[in-house]
Formats: sequence, structure tokens, C-alpha cells
Amino acid sequence: MADTVLSIRDLKKTFGALKATDGVSIDLRPGEIHALIGPNGAGKTTLIHQISGSIKPDSGSVHFLGEDVSRLGVAARARRGLGRSFQISSLAPEFSALRNVMLAVQSRQGSSFRFFGPVMADKSLTEPAMAMLERTGLAARAQVPAAALSHGERRQLEIAIALALGSKAFLFDEPMAGMGPEGSKALTAFLDTLRHEAPILLVEHDMDAVFALADRISVLVYGRIIASGTVDEIRNDPEVRRAYLGEAS
Amino acid sequence: MRDGQAMSRETLINILLAAALLALPFVAIAMEEPFYITLATRMAILALAAVGLNIALGLGGLISFGHAAFFGIGGYVAGIFASHAFNMEPMFSAPFEFSGSDQMPVIWLAAMLVSVFVAIPIGAISLRTSGVYFIMITLAFAQMIYYFAISWPAYGGEDGLSIITRNGFPGVNTANPLSFFLLCYGVLAVALLMFWLIQNSRFGAALQAGRQNEQRLAAVGIAPFRIRLVAFAISAAITGLAGALFADLNRFVSPSMLSWHMSGELIVLIILGGTARLFGPVAGAVLFVLFEFALGGITEHWQFFLGLILLGVVLFARGGLIGLVAGKARHG
Repeated sequence: MADTVLSIRDLKKTFGALKATDGVSIDLRPGEIHALIGPNGAGKTTLIHQISGSIKPDSGSVHFLGEDVSRLGVAARARRGLGRSFQISSLAPEFSALRNVMLAVQSRQGSSFRFFGPVMADKSLTEPAMAMLERTGLAARAQVPAAALSHGERRQLEIAIALALGSKAFLFDEPMAGMGPEGSKALTAFLDTLRHEAPILLVEHDMDAVFALADRISVLVYGRIIASGTVDEIRNDPEVRRAYLGEAS
Repeated sequence: MRDGQAMSRETLINILLAAALLALPFVAIAMEEPFYITLATRMAILALAAVGLNIALGLGGLISFGHAAFFGIGGYVAGIFASHAFNMEPMFSAPFEFSGSDQMPVIWLAAMLVSVFVAIPIGAISLRTSGVYFIMITLAFAQMIYYFAISWPAYGGEDGLSIITRNGFPGVNTANPLSFFLLCYGVLAVALLMFWLIQNSRFGAALQAGRQNEQRLAAVGIAPFRIRLVAFAISAAITGLAGALFADLNRFVSPSMLSWHMSGELIVLIILGGTARLFGPVAGAVLFVLFEFALGGITEHWQFFLGLILLGVVLFARGGLIGLVAGKARHG
């Protein structure tokens, strides 16, 4: 337990007759990228929702930094340093990119009950937020409302927000989705450096990115992890090839 | 910059509105039409009530259809305090004897405190829902208070409660219509300043982010519920304060202040003027009272025409009057 950042044990969730998550256990260790792959409908996003706290599992536990966070809500888990990006970008659309990141900085400072003092003149908010936009290559777009950003820029902004939270672990749900090859390549390089800041649980369909980045891969099919191991182990696993990679590779 | 110009245009129309409202009673005196002073005071007080609602509805996206509850509570606090002070009979004797008050500062404070006291349980329950359920639950709570007031004979029940002489304010002759107007105008100015501060503060950022995307707010670690509950309570306090002034303006308080028509009227004011805009409630209240007065003098069906205008605003000018003149709102 000491050297796992995030530890998920035996999570179960059913929707009616559908076993969306069927006894999933998964670990995230310091400095690693753990990729979660699987065909559409395998339950990847449902699993991410349970880890981040927006869906309550029927049973099982989530430990984060040694603490049982199974009963905590989304906001409480985020405050402990569980940063996530959404499969479909989820931002405050009217706020500029900068203000979206400032919200995370403000949350990290634990100061959302201040009623006075204009935020835009507050350097303790704008400067760290701007630094995160610079890191993610969005500095030039700081003043643009989130709704007016391109698809790829919104994905970058989500990552900038997760960074600004000072996350101790990242849950990224298909960060490459809908990005062009150039964007994917740039983001792959960026995530490669990010792992040293905090480990990443990465749900991704882009196999080039997964094979380039992942230290370990877990394969989720119909709510169950059918295999877990290094890139080579997964590539050569006959069951995985049959269930998932068979046609793709 | 284009955006800079849009901002200054909004500032300009805000200044014009503030100046026009302030000038109205002086014009009335010059024209020897003292009734217009009452009209201007009515505008200021309704604007104040709507500034309160604008915090919940405009900034927070919380469509409270029950803010008449707080408006009426403020009114009843003023009425009940005044009647006890006038009759010199104690309201309660433990832990200390209290015989009401005919002093506005005391009444205002009490109106705000009681409003907050009622808003917290209402908010704590209502805010667990959203959308149409939130609208219905806030309405239901307000109706409960409305029927309670009707069936409470001690303070007039259905007939309401008169305030024999307008409550006082240290150093101000409140019986003078102009002085009373200026007092209300001053309170409105303070409330607008509060709104502006909140809108631009960290709290306001969280509140507005929650309106735009609740999931995002939670994902950065800010629980929407607590932010909204506090906003709801502040909102109720300001609307309650407006209710106390309204009772003093009319020197009368009745259950109609608590009725759902009143809740609807406050929402109409905000939509008419511009949702979440600083001066939206002021623009809305000025227009509303003008319509009421101008159209109401011609036909008793003036609300039909108000409905048409509201329809026009909703279909063609989503930002209300302020949005129409000053363009889209901008968040830095």
C-alpha cells in the first residue's frame, strides 16, 4: 500500500442486468502511466466516474494516498488531489481559459468563501493560472471563452486545470480523442513528462499513444479486467488479442 | 477594443439609470406631483428585492420561484415590530423583554436575520434538486408561508397589518416622501455595490461557474451545494430587507406580499432588465413600475401588455434591456 498512490479494490457496479464494473481492482504507482484500454462499452468511463466519485459503486473501495475515499464526493476527492479530465470536455463555457484555470487555483488555496476582492486583479490567482496555460501551450488563448476554444484546446485546458489543482494523481479519460495527429503527438510528449509530477491513469483509444506511454496496461472487457501487465505482455497475451486487439493489430 | 467599448457602454447605461431614478422625485417636486415620488420609491424597493434574487437567479442560475417568502417575511417583520412598538406590548419576555421597535435599523437587521434563518432550511432542502423541481419546491415553501400568514389572526390574517406611522431612522424624517426615497435609494446603492463585489469575488467565480457547469465546479474541488446555499441566504437577506422597506412605503403589509404572484413579478423584473447584469433589476423595476403606471391608467388589463413585452424580450433580447443596449455580458 505504501507505494501505491491510488488503489482500487474489487469495485462492482450494476445497472439493472448490466454488470458495468464487475470486481475491478487496479493500482496506480508513483511515476507511472497506467493505461486502461478496452472496446467501446467495456465500462472504462463508468470506472473513472467511480474513482472520481461521481458514481457510487455497489461495493468495493477506493484508497487514495493511503486514505479510504470511497465515501467522499467528487469535490472532496478533487481537493485531496485527484485531478481528472473528461471524455467530453467539461468546462465553464462563458469563462475565459484563464478564469477556468483560476477556479482550480482558488480551490487549491481553499478560499471560495471570499466575497470581496476582484479575482481578475488578484495576482495569487492569475499568475499560477497563467503559468499552467503556458505549460500546456494555451497562453496565447488565455482570454478566449472556453466555448470558443477548439476541440483540442479544450482538452489541453482540462489538463491545465488538473495541473493547477496540484493533483497527486491524474485520471485522464481519452485526452487524445478528436485530436489531429500533430496534437496527439504533442500531447503524448507532454504526458510523458507529466508522469514524474504525478502518476496517470490513462483511458485511451489511440494505441500508438498507449504503447508509447504506458508502463502498465490493464484491459477491461465487459466490466472485468481480463489482463494486466507491461506493454509486451499485453501485446502477446492471446486472450487480449482475441478479445480486443485481434483485428486492430 | 470592442469588448472594452461594450463594457463602458454598460457602465454608461448604468450611470444613466442611476441618475434618472435619482432625478425622478426631484422632477416630481418641480411638477408638484408628489405621487411620482412614491412611484420612484416603489421602483427603488422592487429593484432592491430583485437585486437580492439576482444573486441566486442571475449569478447562481437558481430559479427561485419562492422569493416572495423573503419579501413578505421582511414586510411582516416591519409590521409586527412596529405594531408592538406602537401598542407597547412585549413580543416576548424571555430571555429578555422585547417590545418590537419602530426604528428601521433594528427592523432591517431583524428582517435580514429572519430571512436568512428561513432561507437556510428552505435552501438546504431545495438545493438537493435542480431544474423544474427546484422551481416547484421553492414555490411550495413560499406558499406554505403564505397560507400560514393568512391563517394567523394575531397579525391581521387575510386582512393584513397596518403600520400606523412609518418607522423612523436616526436623523431622517421618514414621513417626508423625499427623505424616505433617498433612504431607499441609498440602501439600493449599497446592495448594488455588494452585488458587484460578490460578482467579481472568488465566491462569485465559484457561484457563476456552478451555473455554467456544475460538474466542472465539483471536479476542481469546490462543492456546489455549499456555495449555492450561502448565495441563497445572501439573496434572501437582501430581498427580505426590500420587503421591510416596502411595508414602510405602503404602511401596510398583507399576505399578498408573500404570494406567488410576487415571486413571479421579481423574476419578471430580472428577465426584463437583464439576467445576472448589475443594473438588470434596476432597469427591470423602472420599466415594470412605468408600465404598471402608464398602461394601468389606460386599461386594467395592463399585465396582458406586459406579457407581450416579456415575450418580446425572451424571444428577441435574451439579455433584457441592459443586454439590448450594452451587448453580451463578458467575464474577464
